[in-house]
Amino acid sequence: MTPEENTGERLPERKTHREELTTDQQIRRRTLKAFAWFGLAALVPAGIWKWITTRPRAGGIPAPFRKALQANEAVAGSYFSPTHLAPTFPKERAARKVRVNGWDGLKTALDPEAWRLQVEQPGKPALQLTLDDLKTLPKQEIIFQFKCIEGWSQIQHWGGVRFADFVEKYDLGRRPGSGERFGYVGMKTPDGGYYVGIDMPSALHPQTLLAYEMNGEPLTVPHGAPLRLIIPVKYGVKNLKRIGHIWFSDDRPRDFWAERGYDYHVGL
Amino acid sequence: MKKLVYKHPPAIRWFHWINVPILFVMIWSGTLIYWAYDPYKIQIGDTVLIQFFPDSFYQFFRLRRRLAEGMAWHFVFMWLFMLNGLLYVLYTLIFGEWRYLVPNRHSFREAWQVTLHDLGLRKTAPPQVKYNGAQRIAYSAVILMGFGSLLTGLAIYKPTQFAGLTGLLGGYETARLEHFILTVGYVLFFFVHIAQVIRAGWNNFRGMVAGFEVQEDRSVVSPQPADPQP
Repeated sequence: MTPEENTGERLPERKTHREELTTDQQIRRRTLKAFAWFGLAALVPAGIWKWITTRPRAGGIPAPFRKALQANEAVAGSYFSPTHLAPTFPKERAARKVRVNGWDGLKTALDPEAWRLQVEQPGKPALQLTLDDLKTLPKQEIIFQFKCIEGWSQIQHWGGVRFADFVEKYDLGRRPGSGERFGYVGMKTPDGGYYVGIDMPSALHPQTLLAYEMNGEPLTVPHGAPLRLIIPVKYGVKNLKRIGHIWFSDDRPRDFWAERGYDYHVGL
Repeated sequence: MKKLVYKHPPAIRWFHWINVPILFVMIWSGTLIYWAYDPYKIQIGDTVLIQFFPDSFYQFFRLRRRLAEGMAWHFVFMWLFMLNGLLYVLYTLIFGEWRYLVPNRHSFREAWQVTLHDLGLRKTAPPQVKYNGAQRIAYSAVILMGFGSLLTGLAIYKPTQFAGLTGLLGGYETARLEHFILTVGYVLFFFVHIAQVIRAGWNNFRGMVAGFEVQEDRSVVSPQPADPQP
């Protein structure tokens, strides 16, 4: 019987066709169809996995990840504020035995007498500063929870000068023409064995220090004597020891761990 | 006579199955991160009951020395995990599915009866609409755990920018432990869930893929003569 002959009701052809199927047939068809789609859909995550892992690499990770991490950085930039401070602690809680976690950049001997902090910026003569030069700036102390990218943390006590005070005093980090801030600060050890790049807002954060003391004593060699960076808004990897050179630029300075697969920003 | 009964709406099925690979990536990459600092264990006195994790575990699943890779996966797929979870919750709220999912005043008693039944200590299972009390509690709890993972995750991802949140969760180290415990929770959930799905059988599993269940239709008069009443 065709639908036209069925005088009582006019059903669309498809529905009529379906009504001719027994319930068992319907179950069978719908099950097969659903599982066929399910199987096909399962290929999508497998394809995504394959695609990600076969992309060319950028800084040790698949290039799409590098892009995504940069997008995360932009998101982080939207809520970053110099008024967001890392929590601080009373002095008694600071570790006496401060953890040492890396020797990159410290593998050559250093003559503390000959050490100078070299500060370079475009259009200006380079500065060569001694520790005593820096000590003319007001001393700041911070007892905060140092956080390693590996996951451990430790409450530590550091003393030095604010990076913001330092750039203020020597009038650093501004473009020659417009006087606007450069985007980044680069730092490296005297031997160039370890180097970091830091976005300017993080460098100018009020808790960012050029530190020359730990637990009230001059820095020891394993902890970055004579001068190191303490930057609570970043993981430990950015807290460069034994600073040799500081420079400013709008291009991202090279970064030791960002070249080895880690996020460049690593902001906390 | 058999009939097809519509059980899970397509959206619910999509959210569920999309979550599977995403949660897998989050747990796997989380383990790559955890390896770099893995102090957690369960111990009574000096006896370590469970070590998270023995070296053989890392070795078997190839989880060692992959911190950077783990962080990259984790901080990309976190967005998908969050998005899928939020859309799921929004969907259940807007389309009323929450009514089947949120525990009600009967759920806890019912969950107990279901547990006794599943353990073979009670003959009958309580009647259920779509989900029984135990399911309501489990499925709602796992959503709350998802929120917990987002919050504890954010607290350890940006502990300075969200210092208030990190402090509220007990501090940086505590938030990391909480984040880990929630993940152990997912793994336990997964094993119980798989066991229950196997127990419940094909019809139930097909419901989550195809959307329908096959039921005996009692509203239609059976073609066979009814058995005489005793």
